[in-house]
Amino acid sequence: MSIEANNKVLEARNVNKYFTIPVSFHVLKDISLCIERGEFVSIMGKSGCGKSTLLYVLSTMDTDYTGELYIAGEKMTGKSGEELAAVRNSEIGFIFQFHYLLPEFTVLQNVMLPGLKLGRKSADEVRHDALEKLRLLDIGEQADKLASRISGGQKQRVAIARALINQPDIIMADEPTGNLDSKNSENVFNILRQLSHEQHLSLLVVTHDHDFAEKTDRIIIMEDGRIVG
Amino acid sequence: MNWTVILSISKTHLLSRLKQSSIAALGVTFGIGTFIILVSFMTGLNQLLDNLILDRTPHVHIYNEIEPSAQQPVELLEEFSEAFNIIRSVKPKQNQEKIHNALPLLSHLKKDTRVRGVTPQVKAQVFYLAGSIKLNGVVQGVDIMEEARLFNIDDYIVQGEPQDLARNDNAILLGAGIAKKMSLEVGDKLQVATAGGDLFPLKIVGLYQSGLAEIDNVQSYTNLKTAQRILGEGNSYITDIHVKLLDMRKALEMAEEIEDQFNLSAVDINRANAQFETGTTIRNIITYAVSITLLVVAGFGIYNILNMMIYEKMNDIAILKATGFSGRDVKMIFISQAMLIGVVGGVIGLFFGYIVSVLIDHTPFETEALPTISTFPVNFNPLYYVIGIVFAIASTFLAGYLPAQRAKKIDPVEIIRGQ
Ligand SMILES: Nc1ncnc2c1ncn2[C@@H]1O[C@H](COP(=O)(O)OP(=O)(O)OP(=O)(O)O)[C@@H](O)[C@H]1O
Ligand SMILES: [Mg+2]
Repeated sequence: MSIEANNKVLEARNVNKYFTIPVSFHVLKDISLCIERGEFVSIMGKSGCGKSTLLYVLSTMDTDYTGELYIAGEKMTGKSGEELAAVRNSEIGFIFQFHYLLPEFTVLQNVMLPGLKLGRKSADEVRHDALEKLRLLDIGEQADKLASRISGGQKQRVAIARALINQPDIIMADEPTGNLDSKNSENVFNILRQLSHEQHLSLLVVTHDHDFAEKTDRIIIMEDGRIVG
Repeated sequence: MNWTVILSISKTHLLSRLKQSSIAALGVTFGIGTFIILVSFMTGLNQLLDNLILDRTPHVHIYNEIEPSAQQPVELLEEFSEAFNIIRSVKPKQNQEKIHNALPLLSHLKKDTRVRGVTPQVKAQVFYLAGSIKLNGVVQGVDIMEEARLFNIDDYIVQGEPQDLARNDNAILLGAGIAKKMSLEVGDKLQVATAGGDLFPLKIVGLYQSGLAEIDNVQSYTNLKTAQRILGEGNSYITDIHVKLLDMRKALEMAEEIEDQFNLSAVDINRANAQFETGTTIRNIITYAVSITLLVVAGFGIYNILNMMIYEKMNDIAILKATGFSGRDVKMIFISQAMLIGVVGGVIGLFFGYIVSVLIDHTPFETEALPTISTFPVNFNPLYYVIGIVFAIASTFLAGYLPAQRAKKIDPVEIIRGQ
């Protein structure tokens, strides 16, 4: 693998996707894109143009597409569900628009779970890492609360901490600030910005927020399932 | 697969729905507990009844049956061998009840390696006389010590000891029913009259109660010699021979051998007690049918609760899958929940079943019919506890499998989109 290839954290080649239900619908049209290591990229576009759909394909959760997908130089297309789960576990962090924490687990447990699943470190080390991430996001003192008992902004930060726990190559986020007030959304942006700078983390964020997008390294604009800029 | 994580997730799921999980486990507890109680009690009862029969029933009973000859004289004649012989009104020939050459036969049987013991008996039809009452009955002459050793007759001697009879040639062990009818007690005297009219005074040294009224109302025991004397016969006069084997399953083969070799009737224990086998089988079928029904009901409960749980946990499943748990991990999370319910409910069920069995075992149960027992019979065979827990785990596994399979197939994208 060349150094150049190694620098491409994520690459999509000629990705096409169709929905067949209720009617045949070409939702992603010949998408090719590439994210470099440490790059902070945002995706914008009208509602319904296919941003979320693209993100699900890129995150390996959706395998019903044609074309090719590479993560950290490795081809994802054609891998088994089991293998893709392992890739998601170790190489991708995902932040949803809604917070999506496990409500019956504590904040700390939520952050720890992907780390425990990976099993590269002992439970104590994972706990230590998780506390560190929580502190980094300024919610260390919430660690032992149930995830259902914290505020929306706090949940979003817990979700970011969870995305970071296995030191992934790339973090994908679907409207991470979509339901936050401007102050909280500013806050989340700053955290992400800082991560990409300090930890050379690649970020791919879908957003409707122009101010947010303006501040990222690159903006990908989508229209009707196509990348137009 | 990382079992610690999977188990800790399923534990959290179960504990956060403690009420539902407990109800599901309670279903299993009830099913397994009932199984243990039923099976312990039923098999205890089976054993008791079997022992009741097996203890005192000879494995092979040899006697001389009075029956018409299978071959009539005309068939022996050569000139009629081709003919179609019709013989009307065939009657058995007058035959002695006595077993021919009984003493050599006894010693022959005793030498057989399959045989644990042999007891000779003399049956005598008599009348019991006491005061003005006259009752029909049977006196059985036995070697009482051998009967006690091989057929546990001492369990049924409700007053007196076998030794009392063995020591005294003018003694009788009277059937409890007869004693009651004639208002006789141990120590009293009664007379026994033969069909020929001879009278024999005998002393009552004990009472015998089998629990079966038909027997207790007619049958008494004396020494072999006493019975022979009542009949006016010598010491080679034996009417029945009881054989106890080391292995009961050899009874049929032994009985057939004896019939062939000695031209006697020999009945093996299984033929004599076929109806008991049937009773045992039916009780077993009832036990398992009831238990399986209860477990199926419990299984449906678990199936329902897990299905509901999975429905409520769609989001959790999507998150777990999005953060790197595979379909198999998710499936295992739910199967392990079902099995935790099964194990916990099952173990409590075993415990519950054991406690109730102990209670039953200590419940007084006194009945005339069963003089050897004082409490309900319960069988504490550990095998049933193993079967119980295997049952619990297997049925909860089955109940959990389908919902877990559904959880495995859930598409996280669909859930995340649906939000
Ligand atoms: N499961 C589905 N079956 C059929 N069509 C679908 C399905 N999911 C989404 N679509 C359609 O695909 C298109 C793209 O949807 P997608 O969710 O990717 O849009 P989006 O760009 O994320 O929009 P928004 O900004 O509102 O989130 C939409 O027109 C939507 O109606
Ligand atoms: Mg969207």
